[in-house]
Amino acid sequence: MNPTPKRFPPTFASHRHPAPIRRPGASARKLPWGLLLVLALLLGCRPGEERTADGRVVIDYWEKWQGFEKDAMAAVVDKYNASQDKVFVRYVSQSQIDRKLLLATAGGNPPDVAGFWSHTVVSYAEKGALLPLDRLMKRDGLLREDYIPAIMDGCCYRGFVWGLPSTPATVALHYNKALFREAGLDPERPPQTVAELEEYARRLTKRDADGKITQLGFSPSDPGWWSMMWVYWFGADLVDKDARRLTAGEGDGLTAYEWLDRYADEYGRPALRRFEAGAGQFASADNTFISGRLAMQLQGVWMSSFIDQYNPSLEWGVAPFPALVEGGMGTCIVESDMLVIPKGARHVEEAWDFIKFVQMQENMELLCMGQRKFSPLREVSPSFASSHPNPYIGLFRELAESPEARGVPRMTLWDQYRAELGIAFEEIWVRDTPPAKAMDLLMKRVKPRFDRANAAWDRIAEMRLRDWSQQ
Amino acid sequence: MTARERKKLMMGLLFTSPWMVGLLSFTVFPAIYSLYYSFCDYSVLNPPVFIGLANYQELLFDSVFWKSTWNTLYFAAIFLPLSTGAGIVLAVLLNAATRWKGALRAMIFVPSLVPLVALGILWRWILNGEYGILNWGMQLVGLPMVNWMGEPETAKLGLVIGSLWGIGNSVVIYLAGLQEIPPSLYEAARVDGASNLQQFRHVTLPMLSPVIYFNVLMGLIGVMQVFALPYVMTDGAGGPLRSTTFYTMYLFDHAFSYLNMGYACAMAWVLFAIIASLSAVAHRLTQDRVIYGAN
Repeated sequence: MNPTPKRFPPTFASHRHPAPIRRPGASARKLPWGLLLVLALLLGCRPGEERTADGRVVIDYWEKWQGFEKDAMAAVVDKYNASQDKVFVRYVSQSQIDRKLLLATAGGNPPDVAGFWSHTVVSYAEKGALLPLDRLMKRDGLLREDYIPAIMDGCCYRGFVWGLPSTPATVALHYNKALFREAGLDPERPPQTVAELEEYARRLTKRDADGKITQLGFSPSDPGWWSMMWVYWFGADLVDKDARRLTAGEGDGLTAYEWLDRYADEYGRPALRRFEAGAGQFASADNTFISGRLAMQLQGVWMSSFIDQYNPSLEWGVAPFPALVEGGMGTCIVESDMLVIPKGARHVEEAWDFIKFVQMQENMELLCMGQRKFSPLREVSPSFASSHPNPYIGLFRELAESPEARGVPRMTLWDQYRAELGIAFEEIWVRDTPPAKAMDLLMKRVKPRFDRANAAWDRIAEMRLRDWSQQ
Repeated sequence: MTARERKKLMMGLLFTSPWMVGLLSFTVFPAIYSLYYSFCDYSVLNPPVFIGLANYQELLFDSVFWKSTWNTLYFAAIFLPLSTGAGIVLAVLLNAATRWKGALRAMIFVPSLVPLVALGILWRWILNGEYGILNWGMQLVGLPMVNWMGEPETAKLGLVIGSLWGIGNSVVIYLAGLQEIPPSLYEAARVDGASNLQQFRHVTLPMLSPVIYFNVLMGLIGVMQVFALPYVMTDGAGGPLRSTTFYTMYLFDHAFSYLNMGYACAMAWVLFAIIASLSAVAHRLTQDRVIYGAN
């Protein structure tokens, strides 16, 4: 076997090694490959410590990003690799990272650092698959107070910090100013209340002679990514304070679904579904908002990148999602990508060193600017907002700092609850199922598992909390 | 056993050992373990905890489990007869074709080589409710437009249509079977005054019955595990309203999204029992109707 260094694609600088990696067990290179494979299969392969030729420890960092988002983190990784001579971060982009991390962790061979989401961290943390970072943070002087509270909340579970933010996101109402003008609406005054949203949507909707919707004012199901959190806009919650009771179908939650039902009734379900059928892929010029067929759309901070890419001439604005009452503040959904250290990672100190590096204000801003998001840190340099390509970045940050900013519930059963909330939404939106019945069906499907999950936690809570506090 | 025979045996075992190691490591061992896990509360990340039959009991009361089972059986009940009928008809036509035989065979077979993910993306567009080419064709002949993948009532039919795209494999097998039928049987039938239809009914179908049986059985096993096409065409959601949530999709959700690997293993063994039962029923129903050459 030729001992020349492994070659990496030239496009991603972070993949290039400064020097050849010396792999352990190089003396075995003369053995037949087939025999090695069989031995590896039989014994289970857990590679030893890898080092670069100049002696740097190689750590693996798995991320989920592609395109410009991947490149933004690659710039930070490159900067880290150039900043010191002890650690080399090998940055690999993975699809379905949560599933791959699940299997790699179960197999005892996880990466040293992984990019995760705030909504997946809970179930992995509760099952003991992640390392709590509190001890390391305390040792090195990193404080929870250094971050925007709603974003740090998304990193925490049961009082422990499980990851530190990489890039956060909030969602807001994006609207088409040209269509506002056409409809006789003030393009500088987006809807302030839910009632106004309904009124604006009516004026912005157009139909052809057959009754087919050719332009829609607003659709709660486009893009539908937050349909499971629909109750948030109406002041309700998905679980109670201690996450021991499901509350989506109670009080204001039910009101939210009744509003949804009325909205679908008003426009006609077949007409709405026909409009949805013509919607193209999100990241395309066929996107309903980007193509000008949908006048108002709930979207995240990332939307400006796609507008610039697919329809730079679009005249658009951003506003907080309308409040229920005049003068109120609409709820804002906040989520965050984060960096975690999986349990069983071989290079915890090196992984932590890299995570700390990303958390430095300068590096965080490099990353967030590259991904066209806002910084999760409380401290932001004055030039960050002024040079940011998204003209509304300040608003997205304000939304994250707002007391109405909310993330997904901190519960292990979130993935199942989310799926069932989506089905309840569809039951009302598509099938015209009465909201109370849809919520009743949801409770029947989720509650038994939810109660069992809580009971399971009760059995292991003491042991888990003790373990975590000692890690 | 002589020394020479022993040596031959050892060589044989040595050369088949990669396959045997693979079979044991990646099929037999996981299968045995999955049976054990089906009796456990197992999240993959934590050690399994034995809970007896609890997973199987829970399945009985899981409405989504029943819905996904129904969806799968419904899909199988429509797809299998259609694919079998269309496969036989296409094979007979190809067998009879005198010109462009090779090109026609390639046209039928090549679509089955398209990767399933690409096929899924392609059919999403073909079946698009507003701009799909299928709706365009239907409008040309005066039929109303159908929001194929947007309505719970039509989504499964849309998947059936998309899946029929890949029947080229079975057509090739039918074609091989047709070419094995001795021409003397047709000659004898013609001498007796049989029409083309009668020849097909009394010569082709009986002589092709072992191939039909094989294709139906393989098709049944495959269709009960349908996954990739609906997964791609619905972004993994199985919508609308779970109308395209097939058995293996729900199993996959439990295994890798909900971290209920024990429950997913129980589902896998139930699926095995369903497929084995259906296969046994199919065997029982057809054993007197399949005519082998030796008979």
